Amino acid sequence: MTSDIPAPAPWHSSPVARRKLLVFSCFLAMALTLTPIVMMVLVAFQSDTESMAARPSFWPSSWHTENIGRAFDLVPLGRYLLNTVIFAGGTTILETITAALAAYAFARLNFRGRNVLFGVYLATLMIPTQVTLVPQFILVAKLHGVDTWAGMILPHAFTALGVFLLRQFFLGIPRDYEEAARLDGANRWQTFIRVIIPLAVPAIATLAVFKFISQWNNLLWPLVISNSDATRTASVGLQVFQSTNGTQWNLLLMAAAITTIPLILLFFLTQRWFVKGITMSGLGGR
Amino acid sequence: MALQTRTAMPGTPARQLGGPRPRWRCSETFAAWLFLLPSLIGFLVFTAGPVIAAGVISLLDWNLFSPPGFAGPDNFTRLGPDPTFWSAFGNTLYFTFVSVPLTLLVSLALALLLNQGLRRIAVFRSLLLLPYATITVAVAFVWIWLYIPTDGLVNAVLGVFGIDGPAWLISDDWAMPALIVMSVWKSFGFGMVIFLAGLQAIPQQLYEAARVDGATPWRTFLSVTLPLLSPSVFFVVVTSIIHSFQVFDQALVMTDGGPGARTTTLVMYIYQTGFQNYEQGYAAAQSIVLFAFIAVITAMQFLLQRRLVHYDV
Repeated sequence: MTSDIPAPAPWHSSPVARRKLLVFSCFLAMALTLTPIVMMVLVAFQSDTESMAARPSFWPSSWHTENIGRAFDLVPLGRYLLNTVIFAGGTTILETITAALAAYAFARLNFRGRNVLFGVYLATLMIPTQVTLVPQFILVAKLHGVDTWAGMILPHAFTALGVFLLRQFFLGIPRDYEEAARLDGANRWQTFIRVIIPLAVPAIATLAVFKFISQWNNLLWPLVISNSDATRTASVGLQVFQSTNGTQWNLLLMAAAITTIPLILLFFLTQRWFVKGITMSGLGGR
Repeated sequence: MALQTRTAMPGTPARQLGGPRPRWRCSETFAAWLFLLPSLIGFLVFTAGPVIAAGVISLLDWNLFSPPGFAGPDNFTRLGPDPTFWSAFGNTLYFTFVSVPLTLLVSLALALLLNQGLRRIAVFRSLLLLPYATITVAVAFVWIWLYIPTDGLVNAVLGVFGIDGPAWLISDDWAMPALIVMSVWKSFGFGMVIFLAGLQAIPQQLYEAARVDGATPWRTFLSVTLPLLSPSVFFVVVTSIIHSFQVFDQALVMTDGGPGARTTTLVMYIYQTGFQNYEQGYAAAQSIVLFAFIAVITAMQFLLQRRLVHYDV
């Protein structure tokens, strides 16, 4: 529709007003999102009396950096962090290696029963982890794996998700590269190691980052299977901390901050892969 | 290099090139199983096996300390008159059907905001994604602190607007909404990133066409953006519902299922049954019912999808 006299533009079509509104909304969203994380750090540095006062204060009146050491003294946070790295790292390394091998078989090799087997893998993707929780626990308990690293790591290192994601990626790699390697006399293993893996580094990194962060966050399985400080992860350790020192807000939040900040740093370092992992899982559903 | 000479004629099937095809071929099955083996053993022992075992265990009367006895369908018939199970089921439904739409709205709104062509979007995006990359237990602590009834930060802010905030986590009516708000905060980043990717994939000429046709921004959103984004929306709805049905961490830490059993969720009840009361058979039966609900709801969504989701981009 056109008319000779342009109608007065509504306020939101003014580019300057629109931009200002957009920027304002961005900052508002960010303030709301970051407040809990910022408060975690602020309260962590408050004094005992300040953080436990009936009327909580927000900005610390003085910064008690000794709270860092006190939190470490109260519970073995260093040990918990190390355990978390072993647990998340162990599951990630195992899953990534075995999933890459299996995904290659599913994507590139012909064998009887391939589609049926892949269907079985896919079907387990829909099953919530709570269904396998009880049988996995009984299995690990019968094998005397409670409170051991094998018992912690193995049950969570062979999910179908890794196989599924990497197979999708491998299918997208042109076969010409492998043909070329083969004509050069490379066998299947060499083709896999020298051609497929280098090309799949982005997908493998994505899977690894995603797996690592989600296992760092895993609470239910470590809660069930670890019952001493030797294997307790940060999530479980914090939960134990809470039940013994529930209202010691400054130290509780200090412990929370100490276990969260490494993950946040990792997230900033790897977020390219992390964001890709989310979108990849999203496109997988398309 | 061979690699380049080969790519010079793409698409040529390997078969026509001759070479040692039969040997390559006949070892193929063997090679495939070798590649599969490490994953397959672990998968059968720790994933597929336990799934089948869950079905068997649900028919047993088993508490880990005494030898299992056959219970038949008893564990399932026991669910019927178990009030805690039904309240846990109701709480889980409440949580899911409030938190999923809210999360969806927040994710979509923020994705649209980030897609407006402002500068430094990457910075905003990573900061908004931060809650998604934190430890649930750790941030749950902060939220308990935020929800302190008298003069906690949430109620202090509400007080500025003249609202007398409730006691949140210890209030019968407000404990669940408090968990929901925390969960929306924790998880909106996931949907936001997917929506942002979906929005960036929409061809610009469609927006040009809408503008030429004189469509209002709202009309453009309804007729261009939403239909083309519907596959992403569908995916986020399906995965969010599945995840919400499994809510556990924040409920355990923030309320421990209370007050009373107002925030006891299904997974929490499974955990209590199996690992605090050590009734493994009954817990397995509950987990199978949980899976059945998830499967039914997911199947319903896939049926609806045919009518509501547009895949022809």
